[in-house]
Amino acid sequence: MSAAISIKKISKNYGALQALDEVSLEIQQGEFFGLLGPNGAGKTTLISILAGLVTASHGHAMIMGADVQSQFRDARRSLGVVPQELVFDPFFTVRETLQFQSGYFGIRNNDTWIDEIMAHLDLTNKADSNMRSLSGGMKRRVLVAQALVHRPPVIILDEPTAGVDVELRQSLWQFISRLNQDGHTIVLTTHYLEEAEALCQRIAMLKQGKIVALDTTANLLSRYGSVKKDGEGKTDLEDVFVNIMSGNAL
Amino acid sequence: MKNPPLQYGSGFPTLLRKEVKRFYKVGFQTVAAPVLTAILYLMIFGHVLEGREVYGRFSYTSFLIPGLVMMSLLQNAFANTSSSLIQSKVTGNLVFVLLAPLSHFEFYAAYILAAVFRGVVVGLGVFLITAWYSPPALEHPLWILIFAFLGAAILGSLGLIAGIWADKYDQLAAFQNFLIMPATMLSGVFYSIHSLPPAWQVVSQFNPFLYMIDGFRYGFFGVSDISPWNSLTIVLCFFVAVSAIALRMLQTGYKLRC
Repeated sequence: MSAAISIKKISKNYGALQALDEVSLEIQQGEFFGLLGPNGAGKTTLISILAGLVTASHGHAMIMGADVQSQFRDARRSLGVVPQELVFDPFFTVRETLQFQSGYFGIRNNDTWIDEIMAHLDLTNKADSNMRSLSGGMKRRVLVAQALVHRPPVIILDEPTAGVDVELRQSLWQFISRLNQDGHTIVLTTHYLEEAEALCQRIAMLKQGKIVALDTTANLLSRYGSVKKDGEGKTDLEDVFVNIMSGNAL
Repeated sequence: MKNPPLQYGSGFPTLLRKEVKRFYKVGFQTVAAPVLTAILYLMIFGHVLEGREVYGRFSYTSFLIPGLVMMSLLQNAFANTSSSLIQSKVTGNLVFVLLAPLSHFEFYAAYILAAVFRGVVVGLGVFLITAWYSPPALEHPLWILIFAFLGAAILGSLGLIAGIWADKYDQLAAFQNFLIMPATMLSGVFYSIHSLPPAWQVVSQFNPFLYMIDGFRYGFFGVSDISPWNSLTIVLCFFVAVSAIALRMLQTGYKLRC
């Protein structure tokens, strides 16, 4: 069985700036994986390379065994990406947006699945609303729906809960967790570390374009967590993150 | 959430339908407005230059109609691809197309056919209304169709190139106002190049838009400044050149997948 995502020595340079420096990583099918790091660490660049939005300067990446460049059709069909930016096409309704996205993947007569996704994301009563008229939270739900419309086995969520209210955040995670239980591989980037700690089985941390930590969440907590000064209280992923990023890891 | 395996086809028909629907949704701006502009040109120039004859036997108004039809067709084909791309780039929603498993050929074909469709719809609108004003002849309809299709495809390709190249609306406006507009207006829409001084006749021959409009006009009158076969050869070469540039930009991901 091929890895859901395989990244081999990926580097990306923007002129003198090295956004990624020989990053290698394998994510197995069915994992709920966290990709963490401060702003500018290279998370979105790495995701963009996997999605074919950015071309790597060196190295190779594969989605479900398909090279993202030479076998781009298979790779993109296997991948759903929820972009970080709240982008939408102001000309169309929610249903049209999802039907077009389905059609771009060459999938016709997908209305049953589109209706199902809209129901799961509480979008049914907004199906015929223009995208412009939706709140930020609703637009975020449509972005998630767009990523799922072609039923990809691998789903990448790039900070999906940024600026999202608690209610939507919880319903979104319930839905994504169910997808993971159904066998979908989930890759998550977020600055809400409690979310990553609760959801992700394994975590990679990026700093200045390099992976500085890669392990199961439990191992990261036990290896890099700091004991509270008062000797009480549980260590959390935020402690781990701060310790690793500041270079104070044990 | 268990579902049967999906059958994948091409994303091209959907991208084409989306691009057509995009301009259809703002039809007043994308179709009605250019038709009205062309009618105003006809009324003003037709009135001022009434009584003149071109090619020795056609009224100036009759001569002007094919030129206005083609000018509207060309400008709107350019506007369709360029405005769609720059809007999608600036708002960021181009990512949805870029994430899809579309090849650069499918991307190109969808955008260009949508541009051709809009150009033809606007051109037909201008023709139907201005023909009521002064019915022109239709000597060789096949030539009309060939030059209309090729002209729209060329301008659609130029719009694609401009839309990919431009990072902001200002740059696109410069491309349109300083390149496309003068090349169109100075291509014989309003005059036969034989009415120009010899030096300007030579200069005009370097304008590829001249051959699109002159060949198109030949289809109406059976008379033109340049042999339609020569015009067709030049227009075909220009089409191949701009298509090759546009396809190369899409294939390499120039300013799209950097």
